Amino acid sequence: MTIDPNALADVAAVPGVAKPDPIVTIDGLERSFGGVHAVNVDHLEIQRGTITSLIGPNGAGKTTLFNLISGFDEPDNGEWDLDGGGLVGISAYQVARRGMVRTFQLTKSLARLTVMENMHVADQTNPGETLRGALFGGWRKAEDEATEKATALLERFGLTHMADEFAGSLSGGQRKLLEVARALMVDPDVIMLDEPMAGVNPALTQSLLHHITGLREDGMTVIFIEHDMDVVQEISDWVVVLAEGSVIAEGPPASIGSNEIVIDAYLGRTHREEEE
Amino acid sequence: MDFIAVIRDGFLAMIGPVTAAYAVSAVSLNLQFGYTGLLNFGQVAFMMVGAYGTAITVEAGGSLWLGIPVGILTAVLLGLLLGLPTLRLRADYLAITTIALAEALRLIVRSSWAEPLTNGVFGIQGFADAFFDLNPFPGGAVYGVGTWTVTGRSLWMMIVSWTVVLLVVLLIRRLIKSPWGRVMRAIREDEDAARSLGKNVFGYKLQSLMIGGAIGAVSGILLAIEQQNVTPDAYLPRLTFILYVIVILGGAGTILGPVIGALVFQFVFFGFDSLMASAQANIDWVGDILSPAEAGQVKLILVGVGLMLLMIFRPQGMMGDLNESLIDDH
Amino acid sequence: MALALLAVPAMALADGEAIGGTLIATTDDERVPVEGVLISVEQDGTLVGDSTSDAEGKWLVPVPGAGTYTVRLDVSTLPDGVGLTNADSDVLEDIVVQEGRQRTVLFPLGEGSTTSPPPYQRFGSLLFAGLKLGAVIALSAVGLSLIYAVTGLVNFAHGEMVTLGAVLTYFFSTSVAGPGWSLFIAGAAAVALGAGFGWVQDRGLWRPLRKRRMGLVAMMVVSIGLSFALRYLILVMFGGTRKLYDEFTGQTPIDFFGIPVVPKNLITIVVGVVVLALVGLFLQRTRIGTALRAVSDNPDLSESSGIDVDKVVTLTWVMAGGLAALGGLFFGLTEAVQWDMGFRLLLLIFAAVVLGGLGTAYGAMLGAFVVGIAVEMSTLIFPSELKSAVGLIVLIIMLLVRPQGLLGTRERIG
Ligand SMILES: Nc1ncnc2c1ncn2[C@@H]1O[C@H](COP(=O)(O)OP(=O)(O)O)[C@@H](O)[C@H]1O
Ligand SMILES: [Mg+2]
Repeated sequence: MTIDPNALADVAAVPGVAKPDPIVTIDGLERSFGGVHAVNVDHLEIQRGTITSLIGPNGAGKTTLFNLISGFDEPDNGEWDLDGGGLVGISAYQVARRGMVRTFQLTKSLARLTVMENMHVADQTNPGETLRGALFGGWRKAEDEATEKATALLERFGLTHMADEFAGSLSGGQRKLLEVARALMVDPDVIMLDEPMAGVNPALTQSLLHHITGLREDGMTVIFIEHDMDVVQEISDWVVVLAEGSVIAEGPPASIGSNEIVIDAYLGRTHREEEE
Repeated sequence: MDFIAVIRDGFLAMIGPVTAAYAVSAVSLNLQFGYTGLLNFGQVAFMMVGAYGTAITVEAGGSLWLGIPVGILTAVLLGLLLGLPTLRLRADYLAITTIALAEALRLIVRSSWAEPLTNGVFGIQGFADAFFDLNPFPGGAVYGVGTWTVTGRSLWMMIVSWTVVLLVVLLIRRLIKSPWGRVMRAIREDEDAARSLGKNVFGYKLQSLMIGGAIGAVSGILLAIEQQNVTPDAYLPRLTFILYVIVILGGAGTILGPVIGALVFQFVFFGFDSLMASAQANIDWVGDILSPAEAGQVKLILVGVGLMLLMIFRPQGMMGDLNESLIDDH
Repeated sequence: MALALLAVPAMALADGEAIGGTLIATTDDERVPVEGVLISVEQDGTLVGDSTSDAEGKWLVPVPGAGTYTVRLDVSTLPDGVGLTNADSDVLEDIVVQEGRQRTVLFPLGEGSTTSPPPYQRFGSLLFAGLKLGAVIALSAVGLSLIYAVTGLVNFAHGEMVTLGAVLTYFFSTSVAGPGWSLFIAGAAAVALGAGFGWVQDRGLWRPLRKRRMGLVAMMVVSIGLSFALRYLILVMFGGTRKLYDEFTGQTPIDFFGIPVVPKNLITIVVGVVVLALVGLFLQRTRIGTALRAVSDNPDLSESSGIDVDKVVTLTWVMAGGLAALGGLFFGLTEAVQWDMGFRLLLLIFAAVVLGGLGTAYGAMLGAFVVGIAVEMSTLIFPSELKSAVGLIVLIIMLLVRPQGLLGTRERIG
């Protein structure tokens, strides 16, 4: 399937607008905690092969939305699908196997596994991961192939020299890189990154950005949560703005900065917070 | 004070079949706690179920060789039943449920209601004759040097149970060094991360609980055979916690840790008994302040304190890697 | 009326330990052996064995070994016109059997009528017993649940905090080595010391461990070690036998809407409910109570919004220690004081907090009463030795149908 870089050029910048080739479609998704309506998304489509940024003030429900569509949390209502396959009631690990992988806002490196072991865990093809395979062997070949693939990924993310260190000994930024590299080991179609830049030093930020645009070149769909508007403007093809659980605006990056509703809901609130 | 005798008593206990059985149980607990991060506080239930499954089968007319697999399968089933409601929840739920279920099972086994099957508080005796019939060493004969001796019966039991230890350690080693073991360790580190990478965390935990349960049952069966006796009150919760001491002492999450832990623990535990007995006989004031029964209780206080201190100051145990334990989880 | 009769036949020394006796009813001038009466022997609430008296009135129950047993005469099996001389001596507790010996016990019988109570009375009594047990569990469970809420720790040494309350009360009121205070003062002192122990535990152990950022699983293992050490320490200091406070022991039941009720049980329920209501008020109405609820909702957020989380946690430990001691005090009052009583209660405490929702104070209270009543009512269907097992079944069913408990909410990820 070829991906047209200008596919979104003619799409109107209104919330819930239909996309020419959506890979993820969300309908009527709701989740509330006590009285708080954390997520209340009427309709949202994510275009295949694009980088879609999900922005919104703190507590807007971005992480909760990720949790819901990746199977880590259950919604009160609603449905969503990946490439036409419904994901309602599908458990988190199966969502990953179907090709949609997410990372976490607070990095989850497997601290007492080495970096290389972290990569291996993300491999989906190793027969040695079943009890039978573990007992009777025959997994060496798959293991070697995975090592090769992992080595290439680590190389790409500049982690080769750390391959045999415990992941727990990496710096915060390196852990973020490892988490993205590890997610790629799964060979996902859609990769969801929850604030991958947070807490990463500026030097690494640039290389991380570079990697993210690289993913699009490889044909992946990227959904990522980010706070820094400059970053968002720079790399996204499409921006979705969430506030109090709902999509209040979406459109190409250029249209978002000048959108009144967004400035009110998003920046307005930030201003108010700063004044307190 | 006869210190040689103290060391001898500790040593003979250390190499004995009970130590081997504890080692087996500790290995299984280590699979669950050390490698998968599961808090099974009801290990004693798996041992009890294994032992009773075996004894009841023999009682009902089956052979011992049928009884042993029956006992093991019952424990696997118990793992399944325990795991289904708890393994999707946070770690504490498993801990709470296992400790409660173990105690409740013991009460049920002990009750008059279950008596037709379990013979209540009196338990079942003499079901392992088939095992001792195979003993190649004359039962009455004594092996060893001087006072450092064991009977032929013990020698036979020791050989078999330490062989079982070896087999179980090799099995766990094979499993842990495989990709399967790597997934287990990943789950121990962070189960949400493992899940996000496409691992069926629930399934793996269930496997860990069931395999651990089977090995726990083997340990219970070894103990039962050694004593030719199963009674409900041999399966008090404290045995589970002694096993935790053993695992952590040796090094949770290491292949040989549980075995080393069992050896050291038994040496110290029985050496202490011998030391206290000797002190009571030879030093007046010791006998005045502590009766033999109280000395046994003091020993258990020390076990509890030891568990706390180990967990706080040396969580990696004797075999663990200090660097690994210093890794920051955050 | 009858006089007590105590026949002690020389019993043949059989193989092992046993308990036996001869039942003979004495009227003014006659001594008649009583046949067909069921006698059962229990240990720690579990049936060890039973025996029916023969034509000579003899009965014998072998027991598994030396130890302390409870012997019960089933009054419904007494023939018409024969009754216990002393109506509530159908149960003899703390019968000690020594190694290799047979122990003889006596049930004084005479003329009397024995009718089993009408069903509504039985039902009412059990409901009442359930409320009493529920109050004891609730007092003990609230602290466990609050500690969990503010620190995430399930404290397996909580049972020993309960035992401590009972043992200290016993020491201050009854022990010959103690000051011999009245039960009221002794109980107050025990609760104060229990609260102090909560403070010591937090400051001396848990807070330093939190500062070292010890994981919760490791902390639970530490709490198991603490439970173990405390339990056997209490055993060494207190001994293994069941003991009673010297006050409020042989209370005669009063009539409560047709149901015989022992006053101390009524007091337990009333005090329990009042204290729990005060805890609720404290959580809802005071600043520090509000802070506690905020911390349990979200510790990080509370920290950043200026709440002194450490202070709140210490306060929670102090409260939990005091409440557990109070629970233990009443547990000892309505049953007996024993070194492992708290550990046995822990099982029911767990059932209660899981039922109500781990980490919710009101859930723990609600769960406690449901478990207490379920456990006592279960004796209508199951043998009473399976009471504790019933508590566990409640727990498992709850985990299957609604793991967050009656009042809990689903947890946060990400
Ligand atoms: N498990 C939970 N329990 C209670 N409230 C929650 C939970 N998870 C999220 N929330 C609430 O839902 C809202 C959205 O949170 P979140 O999705 O983390 O926001 P974002 O990622 O956009 O900053 C917030 O008000 C947050 O407090
Ligand atoms: Mg977020």
